[in-house]
Amino acid sequence: MIANGTVHKYGDNVDTDVIIPARYLNTASHEELAKHCMEDIDATFVSTVKTGDIIVANKNFGCGSSREHAPIAIKASGISCVIASTFARIFYRNSINIGLPILECSEAAQEIKDGDEVEVDFDSGKILDKTLGKTFQAQPFPPFIQNIIEKGGLLNSLKDG
Amino acid sequence: MGMTMTQKILAAHAGLENVTAGQLIEAKLDLVLGNDITSPVAINEFEKCGAQSIFDKNRIALVLDHFVPNKDIKAAEQCRQTRDFAGKYDIKNFFDVGRMGIEHALLPEQGLVGPGDCVIGADSHTCTYGALGAFSTGVGSTDMAAGMISGKAWFKVPSAIKVVLKGKLSPYVSGKDVILHLIGEIGVDGALYQSLEFTGEGVKELSMDDRLCISNMAIEAGAKNGIFPVDDVTLAYEKGRFEREPKIYSADPDAEYTREVTIDLDILRPTVSFPHLPENTKTIDEAAGVKMDQAVIGSCTNGRMEDMRTAAAILKGRKVAKGLRCIVIPATQQIYLDCLREGLLEIFVEAGAVVSTPTCGPCLGGYMGILGKGERAVSTTNRNFVGRMGHVESEVYLASPAVAAASAVTGVLTDPAKLPAVD
Repeated sequence: MIANGTVHKYGDNVDTDVIIPARYLNTASHEELAKHCMEDIDATFVSTVKTGDIIVANKNFGCGSSREHAPIAIKASGISCVIASTFARIFYRNSINIGLPILECSEAAQEIKDGDEVEVDFDSGKILDKTLGKTFQAQPFPPFIQNIIEKGGLLNSLKDG
Repeated sequence: MGMTMTQKILAAHAGLENVTAGQLIEAKLDLVLGNDITSPVAINEFEKCGAQSIFDKNRIALVLDHFVPNKDIKAAEQCRQTRDFAGKYDIKNFFDVGRMGIEHALLPEQGLVGPGDCVIGADSHTCTYGALGAFSTGVGSTDMAAGMISGKAWFKVPSAIKVVLKGKLSPYVSGKDVILHLIGEIGVDGALYQSLEFTGEGVKELSMDDRLCISNMAIEAGAKNGIFPVDDVTLAYEKGRFEREPKIYSADPDAEYTREVTIDLDILRPTVSFPHLPENTKTIDEAAGVKMDQAVIGSCTNGRMEDMRTAAAILKGRKVAKGLRCIVIPATQQIYLDCLREGLLEIFVEAGAVVSTPTCGPCLGGYMGILGKGERAVSTTNRNFVGRMGHVESEVYLASPAVAAASAVTGVLTDPAKLPAVD
């Protein structure tokens, strides 16, 4: 599986309240949530994001509330992958569970810049910043996680066996 | 190598003699929790995968608490979906308006969680029950759905930070100040993926409400859980509430910790977290004087009876400052009733505060106290992220009930010990 897109870059401690503010948690509709994704940290995100784009951030991405609406909103907005130095643990688990690929890679998180064109190979864990002409290595997903992501989430993967 | 308290509980629930940090295990769950925000997403997943049954109708708790009484039509629909699901599967611990409370105040109060339990909840503050000597942690809705189906969850066994408590808290200093201070010390990702294990002779000096508040905010340091040893205070609290036999686990003397942090309760000062991270702490001595527009006293962190009594003792005979709104939210119906019987509601209303029925409402910027542009709130809640309580340019200052009540009286951040005496 390969992801390919333009980078939206953020800093440390991007919390799930800014990813999807609680004022929009009165719905579980993926399309509705996507309309407000990143609204309180980047009001232009929704109008600029294209299918396949990639979010890159520094440490502790997704901290705070356990709302699964946060990775759902990111995935439904068209983002193909999130790369960060570290992730908050509930967000990490939720992302895998809903089939949003997410990679920890400090080097990539530090060097990749907003607007760079990046390609990610999930089988090998290779992250290529085409703008910088530089490759970074993240830990690839073990097969069972790859299976969850390919099936579109944990419960889908259980259903299909 | 010995095990930490958390590791022992996880080993027991995985049917293993020993576990070590980093090991992946599958554990049996004593309780699976969801609320009106997270349950609908879990129910959708449950139905999408074709599940026909739940693992145990007595071991699932569904609490409508975030946006109830229904704040709008969409919220009403989410509650209806959760209510219908609870009815369809005959879920015993379903808490609707009139019986509900804020989930992490309600479940301990109702005796649904207790020492030695292994609990997951689709709410990040599920770590609260560590105060009772349980392993409990927040998860997302998909994990909640899988837990409702199978009664199990997989975990990576966490390593631990040992937090040694010494001495005794001074007047006007509480569990809230302990946890804010700790988060200020180690940072919002200081315990990422780890347990916080509280220990030391200072533990016995902490009331159950103090401990519940401390464990509640373990997540704000990134922790998977925050756990207290079981002692006489715990057992006295559980007497008459917890119907199952408490299982008492304690850390081995040679348990491994990655770090040790000591907190001297004797010298701890009232502590305030400034915007926009809980780690931005200052003592009240450094913080005093910042002008506030609103004070919120409530939430799963500080909406318990002791918190209400502390706030009432300060507001009694005093008035909320002109230009400030003070919102008091007892966390459960029982606490509301106890406030009524003790005369606290009268004190709040006479002081010029409003009293709400139990709800998470303002804490997460839902309703019942949303901030406008540029407004500031001193709040006994748990998060002060950008836009958490309303407008993206509003600010939240996290503090104890004593500091919030004192600040409500003066209109600025105030050390409760320095309030002029009531005439």
